[in-house]
Amino acid sequence: MSQLQKLESKNLTWFPVSEKQPILDKISASFMSGKFYGIIGPNGSGKSSFVRHILNFLKHTKGSVCLNGKEVECYSRLELAKNLALVPQNTSIDTSFSAYEIVSMGRNPYQKRFGGETKEDIHKVTEAMKMTSCLEFKDKPFRNLSGGEAQRVIVARAIAQDTPWLLLDEPISNLDIRHQLELMETLKKLNSERKTSILAILHDINLAVSYCSDIIMMKEGQIKYMGETLEVLTCERLFEVYGVQFLKISHPETKKPYFLAQYSSSVELAD
Amino acid sequence: MEARKKEHQSCTTFYLFSLLLLFICIITAASIGSASLSPKKSFIILLSKIPLLRQFISKQEIPKVYVTILFQIRLPRILLSALVGGSLAFVGAVFQGLFRNPLADPHILGISSGAALGATIAILFGIQMSFLGLGAIGCLAFLGALLTVLLVYQLSCTGLGTDTVGLLLTGTAVSTMLSSVISLLMTIKREGIEQVYYWTLGSFSGATWWKVAYLAIFLGIGGGILLFHTKELNLMVVGEEGAASLGIEIQRVRRRLILAASILVATCVSVSGVIGFVGLIIPHCMRFFAGSDHKKLLPFSLLGGAIFSIICDTIARTITAPAELPVGVITALLGAPYFIFLLYKSKRGKNE
Repeated sequence: MSQLQKLESKNLTWFPVSEKQPILDKISASFMSGKFYGIIGPNGSGKSSFVRHILNFLKHTKGSVCLNGKEVECYSRLELAKNLALVPQNTSIDTSFSAYEIVSMGRNPYQKRFGGETKEDIHKVTEAMKMTSCLEFKDKPFRNLSGGEAQRVIVARAIAQDTPWLLLDEPISNLDIRHQLELMETLKKLNSERKTSILAILHDINLAVSYCSDIIMMKEGQIKYMGETLEVLTCERLFEVYGVQFLKISHPETKKPYFLAQYSSSVELAD
Repeated sequence: MEARKKEHQSCTTFYLFSLLLLFICIITAASIGSASLSPKKSFIILLSKIPLLRQFISKQEIPKVYVTILFQIRLPRILLSALVGGSLAFVGAVFQGLFRNPLADPHILGISSGAALGATIAILFGIQMSFLGLGAIGCLAFLGALLTVLLVYQLSCTGLGTDTVGLLLTGTAVSTMLSSVISLLMTIKREGIEQVYYWTLGSFSGATWWKVAYLAIFLGIGGGILLFHTKELNLMVVGEEGAASLGIEIQRVRRRLILAASILVATCVSVSGVIGFVGLIIPHCMRFFAGSDHKKLLPFSLLGGAIFSIICDTIARTITAPAELPVGVITALLGAPYFIFLLYKSKRGKNE
């Protein structure tokens, strides 16, 4: 992408009629291209809703989300799909389509209705499957894949979509530790080699520390803190957001900070 | 690449095979009935109507009455049953994909109940009218079906558009309500109960060339629209948000597909009554051959539904001749065991 991409939300508020409190409360944030953002925060803090507003799946009450200066509602789905790819939270699909066919769906925004696959499509799909090590089971029906394999196929689909932005909603929650690390490495590679900007909702604070350049800390529909990972994350702030005591130590080898959570039932919630 | 070529070949083989089977079914069905005609004779009569070939065939051998039976009675009925069965299976496949629900069938949005209410009103109140060769029952059934789908669609619309589960639940609720209105009407006016009951079981006995022509036109238009959207249907397996993130305008596509499919089903129901099961089972059976790809599944279902429907109707009109069984009875009686057999086979295949 030659032009500089920019994604920003201004005063984004979502207050569904059925709710007592806004789910998203005046969220203003701007995301610069080329970075690796991690969104953290407790359950129900509005992380997924925020991502779904960026993709224009939900209609906000107030404010706006703009991609390159244009509101996302003004994009056609096809145009949006050329800019934003999504790895959703739930990846189970009951279908006999093969892993390869699912990944090649990521090429849809570039394909003509009855055009079929071009050489470029085949190349991009194969490359994406190589990056996520899915090639060995490319002809297996999707419904027969294990949870980890399915997750990687869906990530490969988003990579094949070849967008400047990649949004991931808890991409590693279904994976074992090895596949978690492999996926994070793949994202890091995408970020550094293809300059794909990444926005990932993560639950593992320490993985966020080791991979994300920036962190967004959310609580109760608001962004509490946002900035460079090492500056933003402190034990006090983590306590404020999660209501859990943390101990910060230094990783013996990487020297990066490492946060240990300590449960104590007597701790009062920060609000 | 090799595998894809092979798949392409097996697909072509399937098309050729099922077209041949369809043709054999038509000829055989045309020969079976109270006036016995050999398959060869029906074939010759059919050929004698084809412009270029007719000069080679001498018509003298065949009594005129057979030509009349074939062309005025049997052929319209066979073609109508093929078109209805094909359309229902076709729409069933579309709805199952669109709603991502294996239990979806063409009647799921209340279409059949709406049509049945229209037909019931026409039968019980003895309404007399006719529009382009369709009687009052057909016209009111068509209207009832369309109004019901529009009502269901509107009711399940929220500010953001419709969601699948809401649509299906609203369809079921409206459908149940309309069914009780029918029951209510029947208890008030008991004299028409039998006719209403038989109508709801479906029959092709009232087939005419007019009806064949309508359905062919609607199938051409509606089927064309549905086939145009096979790509969207394929992408919808990944869920609504998934498909939207891949560039599909979900709401627009869904509105179009529901509208096209509903008009097609409404036409089917208005010419033949409610024929269940074909639209539910045939798409599932065809999935065993075609997989999940709607580019194959939709045409396969069309052909499969047509063949199945001809067979069922032929049995329905001959097995207890001169009396006739409702074709809906046969579709379920024949279709269910075969479907269970396929399910059982595929389960065993998975376990091994």
